[in-house]
Amino acid sequence: MSSMLPALAIPAFTAVSAMGTGLAATRDALHARRGGLAPCDLPGMPDGIWVGRVPGLEEVALPEALSRYDCRNHRLAELGLRQDGFAEAVAEAAARFGAHRVAVVLGTSTSGIAQTEEAYARRGADGALPADFDFTHTHDLYALPRYVRARLGLRGLATAISTACTSGARSFLEAQSLIAAGLADAVVVGGVDTLCRMTLHGFNSLELLSRGACRPCAVDRDGISIGEAAGFALVMRQEDAPPGTVVLLGTGASADGHHMSSPHPEGLGAIAAMRAALVAAGGLPVDYVNLHGTGTRANDAMEGNAVRAIFGTGVPCSSTKGWTGHTLGASGALEAAIAALCVEDALVPGCLAVETPDPGFGVDVAVENRAVPVRRVLSNSFGFGGSNCALVIGHA
Amino acid sequence: MRCGIAGVGLLGPGLPGWDESRAVLAGEVPWEPGPVVVLPPAALPATERRRTSMAVRLALAASAEAAAASGLAPDTLETVFASSNGDGVVVGAILDALSTPGGAISPTQFHNSVHNAAAGYWGIAAGSTRASVSLGGHDDSFPMGLVQAVAAVVSRQVPVLFCAYDAPLTPPLDSQRFTDAAFAVALVLVPGDAGVTLSVEMAEKAEASSVGVLAPLMAGNPAARALPLLQALALGQAARIGLPLVDGGAVVLGVEPC
Repeated sequence: MSSMLPALAIPAFTAVSAMGTGLAATRDALHARRGGLAPCDLPGMPDGIWVGRVPGLEEVALPEALSRYDCRNHRLAELGLRQDGFAEAVAEAAARFGAHRVAVVLGTSTSGIAQTEEAYARRGADGALPADFDFTHTHDLYALPRYVRARLGLRGLATAISTACTSGARSFLEAQSLIAAGLADAVVVGGVDTLCRMTLHGFNSLELLSRGACRPCAVDRDGISIGEAAGFALVMRQEDAPPGTVVLLGTGASADGHHMSSPHPEGLGAIAAMRAALVAAGGLPVDYVNLHGTGTRANDAMEGNAVRAIFGTGVPCSSTKGWTGHTLGASGALEAAIAALCVEDALVPGCLAVETPDPGFGVDVAVENRAVPVRRVLSNSFGFGGSNCALVIGHA
Repeated sequence: MRCGIAGVGLLGPGLPGWDESRAVLAGEVPWEPGPVVVLPPAALPATERRRTSMAVRLALAASAEAAAASGLAPDTLETVFASSNGDGVVVGAILDALSTPGGAISPTQFHNSVHNAAAGYWGIAAGSTRASVSLGGHDDSFPMGLVQAVAAVVSRQVPVLFCAYDAPLTPPLDSQRFTDAAFAVALVLVPGDAGVTLSVEMAEKAEASSVGVLAPLMAGNPAARALPLLQALALGQAARIGLPLVDGGAVVLGVEPC
């Protein structure tokens, strides 16, 4: 599918994660191989785990007029919008196309649920939630695109995507549809997810959390570290952006139709999504595969099988979740930004802290940074419910 | 944007299916709201079927009806699921567990809590590997979901199954997000003008369409904002339907019967 969708220029993008606030810090961390994971110090979380926490969120203030949206997830969104001239680039697009022609399509798995967790802890004797709790503007999935749309002064349509861990990646595909259908001239896409008790205890119940910093692709990997992140990109038709702008060349999506939380063991759904993205990108070769690579035994093995089926050992691949943790609904957007940096910097970032890659994958896992030309990157995202999405980012 | 409507599915109080509800929607028979009976999805293997919640069963029932009516094989349809609450009952149960000392989350509940649970179970039931997206949207879930679904049809020229569904929440979350009765609608949307044609446009503003005696139903569930469209389809009449959005702007639907 999706081969009829247009390639889109990405004239502005940004990312905030545990590895860095903004692109310069993210880039520095990638080159210096300095990860952002640390032992979890948030209260009420499972014992003995590591997380990718974004420092300073507690001090971020939302604009006064939008204070009813205040929660950890929107503080992270706000921090992201302030980086790399992103809000200014969006304002420029709104001035050019009209605010009603700039849409907002954002992914999140849990939105501001941490606010509800906190409200549950403050329930009265009758079990009622506290009067100051505002579900609609915090926990509700729509709150994220509504906040960003209002914050950026946009009047185009707003869409909240929640396809678990493919949410951020999928926003790029939906933006392609909106622009192709004539509903928008530019779209703010991306994803935001924050650390919350439901996610950490949930993955703990599935016995999928690593006891240290996650080490995707390692032969002795022992699970996920959860992180939080905001990733944003402004996308528009290629003819509307300066020549040389990095491009979303193709997207592909599929479903496993197999199981709610276990991927198809041979990765058939993953293969279908990757192939669709590669076809949509005109069949051009890619120079690096940024894996979904969460660090669990089963998911990494599945992805290894899927990547081997398409590329064999011909294309280097790695996961950057050793830097950031798995940022869930934000991961696809965060890793799209990382992919664009890899193209700009001619970098294949090797997996962090991996001594021996899993030989069962049969693929070229980079475990040290490689300075090589990177014209195009394939970025994978897979999630619960058998949701798969792949992006090709770079230059034709 | 324009596309065809090839099949409809419906489940709500006093509306036990599309064919069974047409006379009520057309105003020929009085509406008699009653409990919504949702059967477990027969197409799922028994282990998976047991794990499905009310919200998932609701979405799958309407989706299966629409897919069957379309004559298209379910595994050939891309899907767009839109819901304000998703599986809010499951999320509520997890929140309860988290606020209990030592409370443990069930792994099954955790994977069922994702907003794309209905999409995941649909994929398993239909044996489908087609792309699927799940959207939130609070009170705009139906209009914004429909916009995204029709955009997929016209931009990629593929048939899309669109389903909007919402089920009531449990206390105390229901105090924050009132949802009266379970309601689900599904439409199989196809490229071209075959059959009933649906047009979808964004507008600066539009007057909200009324649904007569069904007004309480429409007010009580975000998915029930489909009712003006369903009434027009049941009547077989041309119609123009306004769906104002929570932060301004509107979606305007046009129906042209075949």
